[in-house]
Amino acid sequence: MENRILKIEDFSAGYGNLTILKNINLEISKNKITAIMGPSGCGKTTLIRCINRMHELKKDAFHYGKIYLENENIFNMNPVILRRKVGMVFQKPNPFPHMSIYENVLAGYLINGIKLKKAEKDIIVEETLKKVALWDEVKDKLYLRGTYLSGGQQQRLCIARTLALKPEILLLDEPTSSLDPKSTFEIERLLEKLKENLTIIIVTHNISQASRISDYVAFLYLGELVEFGKSEKVFTSPTNKKTEEYLSGKFG
Amino acid sequence: MKIFKDRIFKFLIIIFTIISILPLFFIFFIILKKGLSVINLNFLLSLPKPPGETGGGILNAIVGTFLLIFIASLISIPLGIFLGIFLYEYKKRKIGEICYIFIDVLQGIPSIVIGIVAYIWIVKKMGHFSAFSGGFALFLILLPIVIKSTKETLDMIPFDLIETSLSLGITYPRTILKVVLPCGMSGMMSGILVGIGRISGETAPLLFTAFGSPFLNLNILKPISSLPHLIFTYTMSPYDDWHRQAWGCALLLIMIILSLNIISKIIVKKWKIEF
Ligand SMILES: Nc1ncnc2c1ncn2[C@@H]1O[C@H](COP(=O)(O)OP(=O)(O)O)[C@@H](O)[C@H]1O
Ligand SMILES: [Mg+2]
Repeated sequence: MENRILKIEDFSAGYGNLTILKNINLEISKNKITAIMGPSGCGKTTLIRCINRMHELKKDAFHYGKIYLENENIFNMNPVILRRKVGMVFQKPNPFPHMSIYENVLAGYLINGIKLKKAEKDIIVEETLKKVALWDEVKDKLYLRGTYLSGGQQQRLCIARTLALKPEILLLDEPTSSLDPKSTFEIERLLEKLKENLTIIIVTHNISQASRISDYVAFLYLGELVEFGKSEKVFTSPTNKKTEEYLSGKFG
Repeated sequence: MKIFKDRIFKFLIIIFTIISILPLFFIFFIILKKGLSVINLNFLLSLPKPPGETGGGILNAIVGTFLLIFIASLISIPLGIFLGIFLYEYKKRKIGEICYIFIDVLQGIPSIVIGIVAYIWIVKKMGHFSAFSGGFALFLILLPIVIKSTKETLDMIPFDLIETSLSLGITYPRTILKVVLPCGMSGMMSGILVGIGRISGETAPLLFTAFGSPFLNLNILKPISSLPHLIFTYTMSPYDDWHRQAWGCALLLIMIILSLNIISKIIVKKWKIEF
């Protein structure tokens, strides 16, 4: 496989005595968008939360197997460092309610006590907000609370907050499911641009969204990876019967 | 029929509301009527005259109340916030639950009993009454209030917010300090102000700790007066002028407590953080 950045190897995970993910093997290519699809409850969220070790924060969470980020097993890494390299954007836009737009972009630095000069901060904020195409809309109100923005703007702000830390991988968990079509379209366009310098893994329920933006598709069913391949191929001729049924809208 | 029922219900609500507010109005009315004429600059800024003489003021009690509140707050606010965070952190473990029960029990102890405890632990050991022992008694009353308001405010903060912070590679202690605490600040502050309002009106635990003093005193090792305590002693005295002054003192005390409550409401409104 061309330029692999992440390798998931014989990986299982779950809660207590409930196994959610069953023996997943998956390789993620650098600077591509990989969509993770599947009916709800199949373990998509659980899978991407394992990639930045957020899964282990849940009660009774367990996992077996290995995940390599550029040949280093993430479970041997310091999770705090890992999470700066593998950023995450959640389903619901969640800017920090006590911080301004400006501070939200810099949250990863400010809260961690990483000292920056004012000029450096200004540059990071402007560059990052431009990356997420939010700069023109907010440049005159950077000192307003992040929560004053619209849902779509908030979600772009959250993407900016993650991007400000210059991650290698961006995980997105149904980032547009609470947004209107216009904001959804804007975020899709944004992701296509971001992949020039970033690897993106996006969980989505939206089949047309996946076919519009993804280079690869992984299809999960009942915690197993039943199909994985280039998007053109999976969407036109899936090999697995479940994938075919899902893509034709038989279940969701 | 339904409309009829609705009407009866509305009527009952109004009646009961009036019944429950009425005593409050009577209290306000009588205190305003008797107290307003007493309060003036001289009353607020001069010390008491010897017993039996007319005139003089309550400066000693005003200063005393603020000093006592200061002593109590100085220890209970930082300690209470710290313990509140601890209880929040340990809420799912046995030790946290047990501690919380103890805090509840502490809050339920009648203030007179707290006064006796302060008397035995401090007044007896030191050999004399003091502002410090009174402040200590008030500290014991304020502490559980601060702990509970801290913990309950933090409990309301969604776990999503903590996860978001952790997902940005922010360490857990910094998440608590820089995300959870600031988001809960307004709730904690208002809880603390209401608590201070509560202790500023306490009399019983001061009777045998701070004891009271007609002099202006800033030494925490000496006895000190306070507004509720002065109301108590003046009311029990045989002098008409002291009875009059007690009303003025009561009005002042009520105004202090009322403003603390109003300020706390404003803080909650103004600084409230929506999630
Ligand atoms: N904290 C938890 N404890 C126990 N089970 C959970 C927990 N979180 C999720 N699950 C279960 O794990 C399964 C997969 O959840 P999830 O990964 O969120 O699915 P998806 O994102 O594909 O909809 C679901 O059946 C869900 O009920
Ligand atoms: Mg999900």
